[in-house]
Amino acid sequence: MAGPKYPGFDTLALHAGQSPDPAHGARAVPIYQTTSYVFRDAAHAASLFNMERAGHVYSRISNPTVAVLEERMAALEGGVGAIATASGQAALHLAIATLMDAGSHIVASAALYGGSHNLLGYTLKRFGIETTFVAPRSPGDFQKAIKPNTRLLFGETLGNPGLDVLDIPAVAKIAHDAGLPLLVDATFTTPFLVKPFELGADLLYHSATKFLGGHGVAIGGVLVDAGRFDWEKSGKFAQLTAPYAGFHDMDFEEESGTRAFLLRARREGLRDFGACMAPMTAFHILQGIETLHLRMPRHVESARKVVAFLSANSAVEKVLYPELPDHPDHRLAKKLLPSGCGAVFSFDLKGGREAGRKFIESLRVFSHLANVGDAKSLVIHPASTTHYRMADADLKKAGIGPGTIRLSIGLEDAADLIQDLERSLAVAAKAK
Amino acid sequence: MQLQIDGKPAFAYTAAHAIDPARPTIVFVHGAGLDHSWWGLQSRYFGYHGQNVLALDLPAHGRSAGPALGSVGEMAGWVKKLLEENKIKAAAVVGHSMGALIALEFAARYPESTQKIALIGVAYPMKVSEAFLDAARRNDQAAYDMETIWGHAPQVPLAGNPNPGMWMYGDTLARLGRLAPGVLHTDLLACNAYAGGMDAAARLQCPVQFVLGARDMMTPPRGAEELIRKIEKSRSTRVAVSGHSLMAEAPDATLDALIEFLA
Repeated sequence: MAGPKYPGFDTLALHAGQSPDPAHGARAVPIYQTTSYVFRDAAHAASLFNMERAGHVYSRISNPTVAVLEERMAALEGGVGAIATASGQAALHLAIATLMDAGSHIVASAALYGGSHNLLGYTLKRFGIETTFVAPRSPGDFQKAIKPNTRLLFGETLGNPGLDVLDIPAVAKIAHDAGLPLLVDATFTTPFLVKPFELGADLLYHSATKFLGGHGVAIGGVLVDAGRFDWEKSGKFAQLTAPYAGFHDMDFEEESGTRAFLLRARREGLRDFGACMAPMTAFHILQGIETLHLRMPRHVESARKVVAFLSANSAVEKVLYPELPDHPDHRLAKKLLPSGCGAVFSFDLKGGREAGRKFIESLRVFSHLANVGDAKSLVIHPASTTHYRMADADLKKAGIGPGTIRLSIGLEDAADLIQDLERSLAVAAKAK
Repeated sequence: MQLQIDGKPAFAYTAAHAIDPARPTIVFVHGAGLDHSWWGLQSRYFGYHGQNVLALDLPAHGRSAGPALGSVGEMAGWVKKLLEENKIKAAAVVGHSMGALIALEFAARYPESTQKIALIGVAYPMKVSEAFLDAARRNDQAAYDMETIWGHAPQVPLAGNPNPGMWMYGDTLARLGRLAPGVLHTDLLACNAYAGGMDAAARLQCPVQFVLGARDMMTPPRGAEELIRKIEKSRSTRVAVSGHSLMAEAPDATLDALIEFLA
């Protein structure tokens, strides 16, 4: 007898988390543009506040439109639930602030988005949380960097900007052997290309601004929990396993088991830090997710064509894309990312900084801006923009050179993109 | 609350309140493969409204040590020991699915210790399909998938969760993923083998409440009809929108039915 089947990815992308609006039958997700929700009576109000009943109280903590996005992302990733946040950075901060206090330590990949590097390397230090950065291609380095006060291992599915492929199964095992969770930034891959929970990650987040939203119209983030990490067994997370005076002496793990992390993240993190997502933003991102399964294959297909073109162009020093045989993570990418390595990648231009400037300024279809994962193709020079705060040594460690250019391949005709690149490379070559 | 039963560590959630034998007590008994946190909203409500709450983890579930108990009768006996450990003479027992069979058997065996029973998502007999039993025996993921998919109404994977931001399927799978090998199979065998339901129903002396999900695929409401007919003074609430996981799918309707019955 065949067993029951789960809905497929495409169906979940369109439906998960939403029933037709019970008041009017609206098929699209309604935008609940409201700060607050009327209580049925005083007892109902008290029960909602004391978490005896499910429901919404105030839109900083939860909102019906945002909840659809949260549930849909949890469904697509295979998690127990999710929390949508004001940005991807807010999601990263929420994860860290939920799990640790001053005196804690993180072991992180050195190949991170510049904003994440700033948060870990500088800002969190001011609050007593230290980070050791390690080479993502050496899982053993994660292990060596673990200290008694380490509380989290962290990396990106595809490192920024060199597309270092995080060996999630290996790093997850190191984390779990040490009683620690692994957090993964899955922004570049989305659940369409890889599901980090299936590889062993415990927590993940996205900058939903990128491929999830997909149209460059809304800033947002989403933090998802697999619900598998046993906080009680680890013994390192009193934040989740001991009564907390800041929330009615609640022991979150005892109270809710698999939902402990998200319970504290929502009830304390959104309450106190307040980096929630607006309902209109959730609506925009949901619109993007509804076509994620159609857009991602096209992003990848066009990226492969552009990578092939650049690899054969004499003005290009090197293309960093894990599907190329000379990429250091080629074999790992074939194993972990069989559906593709995304549509954001870097290449090094011959001629260094000046050639890079000429190249970018000559492009007509690509837009020069600080974003990735848009339906439109984008370009940026990381050394002078996204990673400009990093010291040269850190830049080198992250695989960024003075002539490194990052592209985000959109949904235009690939032939037009290649023509735009070809013409601009010719202009850049003359600048040498 | 951590305690010892039969010399082994056992756990019951008390909503952060000390147990006072002078107050009324409600025992919550979870279903196959699950644990105390399945009752999160409902147990918390009663714990903060003047009742002792003991939302237990059966042996080998949640925070209670194994091995799992092999029959509904043994589990009912274990619940009795939990009450004795807490010096509780009598309690209301609320059970879900396998937990409902335990509540039924408990009430029949220990009438002096039973004030009321609420049977949620129950059917009798609670026969388990060969495919489900076989997958559970092999500790195959398919067993967890069956429990997850059949354990919710058909619309659940494509519908909103009353608990904002949570994915019901993912939550169930994560809970089942924490079970030791063999525990789900032991539970399912106990459900499948329980043959004392009608006899127990005939001996009941306490008020009985049924709460059934109209869209339950695991224990369809028609599966409870014989039991309902047998227990003349019982009352029934049918929740139109819910499947088998009433506490998660229809938390307010389930809680309201319990408040009306137990308060």
